[in-house]
Amino acid sequence: MDPFIQALQMLFGEDPELRQIIGVTLRMSMLSTLISSAVGIPLGVLIGSNDFRLKPWVQRIINTLMGLPPVVAGLIVFIILSRSGPLGQFKLLYSVTAMIIAQVLLITPIMTGLTTTIVSIRAPKIRETAYGIGIPRVRQMLYIIYESRSQLISTVLAGFGRAIAEVGAVQIVGGNIQHKTRVMTTAIMMQTNLGRFQFAIALGIVLLVISFSINIIINHFQTLEAA
Amino acid sequence: MPVCSRALSETAVPPVLGKENVMRKLFYLFCAGALVLSLAACAQPAAVTPEEPASAVEPVVTDAPAEVVIENPVIRLSTTTSVNDSGLLPYLQPVFEADTGYKLEVTSAGTGAAIEKARTGDADCLLVHSKSAEEEFINEGFEEVRVPFMTNYFVIVGPEDDPAGVKNAETAAEAFQAIADSGSKFITRGDASGTNNKEMAIWKSIDFDPAGNEWYINIGSGMGAALTAADEQLAYTLSDKATFLAHENSLSLLKEESADMLNTYSMIAVTTARYPDVNYEGSMAFIQWMTSQKALDLIDAFGLDQYGEQLFYSIR
Repeated sequence: MDPFIQALQMLFGEDPELRQIIGVTLRMSMLSTLISSAVGIPLGVLIGSNDFRLKPWVQRIINTLMGLPPVVAGLIVFIILSRSGPLGQFKLLYSVTAMIIAQVLLITPIMTGLTTTIVSIRAPKIRETAYGIGIPRVRQMLYIIYESRSQLISTVLAGFGRAIAEVGAVQIVGGNIQHKTRVMTTAIMMQTNLGRFQFAIALGIVLLVISFSINIIINHFQTLEAA
Repeated sequence: MPVCSRALSETAVPPVLGKENVMRKLFYLFCAGALVLSLAACAQPAAVTPEEPASAVEPVVTDAPAEVVIENPVIRLSTTTSVNDSGLLPYLQPVFEADTGYKLEVTSAGTGAAIEKARTGDADCLLVHSKSAEEEFINEGFEEVRVPFMTNYFVIVGPEDDPAGVKNAETAAEAFQAIADSGSKFITRGDASGTNNKEMAIWKSIDFDPAGNEWYINIGSGMGAALTAADEQLAYTLSDKATFLAHENSLSLLKEESADMLNTYSMIAVTTARYPDVNYEGSMAFIQWMTSQKALDLIDAFGLDQYGEQLFYSIR
């Protein structure tokens, strides 16, 4: 069957398993992006708008972590959460939680790094003004975030894109368990390994459409904000 | 004033020797070097493509009946992950290649995908262990022949404390019943592989459909992943013995050598009726060699040193 037609049927169809897979994918990606942003953006603002002695080293470490290979992150999380690992007693392996942990590990450095860059351009001016008026530190940070909101939204979208596209780490720590941790990417890999290429392509098209739609919606809000 | 400054800049350090310029040149040199290195790596002669007209090779043959002129030395063998993971092929391959002068290119996947490669023309020969899938393939009318050549048994592995009492079961069917009755966790590969097909056949034999039960965990992956999951979740699973022994885990072998866990391996050469370009001579040479006394002896001996037991039994 033509994969495009199959994809359309999938998108508008009622297949409960597919809907569940899409549900788990979105839930995992959104939560990962949310947590990574909540940690990464304030951290990035802190680093970007302040000067301190170890700053170049911190930036180097963050840049290196930005390039952390996803399978390595997956492996690290697997070893930690494994039954024979330090956090084994929580039995978190092969769960959506484990997948979110691995993704947060991957995406937070990216958010931090990108935010640092965005902020370091605007921050000095804002700090000058704020310092003069006497606005408290925390308020300053919030103001910086507000001023850079358009670019930060792009950063969050980039993080989300990373999360929804991740396959190696989530396969290792999630295990691609049917009805539980199977997401679009691991499903595509599985179908490819089974030789069901047409079906895999159709799933791929569905994933692209979902990702594309979310991007369009958020960009729309961005342009509204800018106007 | 402007004239002075212009003159000053003109008498500055000549561009070629300026520090910035040296750095820039070094950088370009580095980029060029990296590019050349990566191109060199890509240009490594890959496996000879089937269409390349190789010069006639006269191989040193010990087992084959007569001297053979090989037109296409590459045999694309599609096999299953359990065969590959067991280590049998890397063990046999060098001997085969030395004896016949052919080169074996082995790819592995679950049985379904492995057989699919033959259908799409991406394999010359199959080595799989799922009789029903094999017969379906053969019945597609391209006059292919199934050559069974070795067997082994699947095993049921699980947690050491064996909550379902699998050890006490006489057959695999009984063991599965015990697992279902006690609701103990069970990992299924769910990938239409030979192992998975055997598992489903056992469930069928006790007239029980495990799908939908919370203790039945479907991972849609290979044998290694299934064993890892079983180890982590303290669950039961069906495995081939070789992969189980080669895999690092703390599971216990609870049931083996039951008649309903017999696993037969066969080779199938893809015919030129299906794909004119396929290396049929190569596949037949492989099958001939694999069913020779020498190869069957090697198969029987495999695993004795490392694990103290025979992993595959040749069919003579």
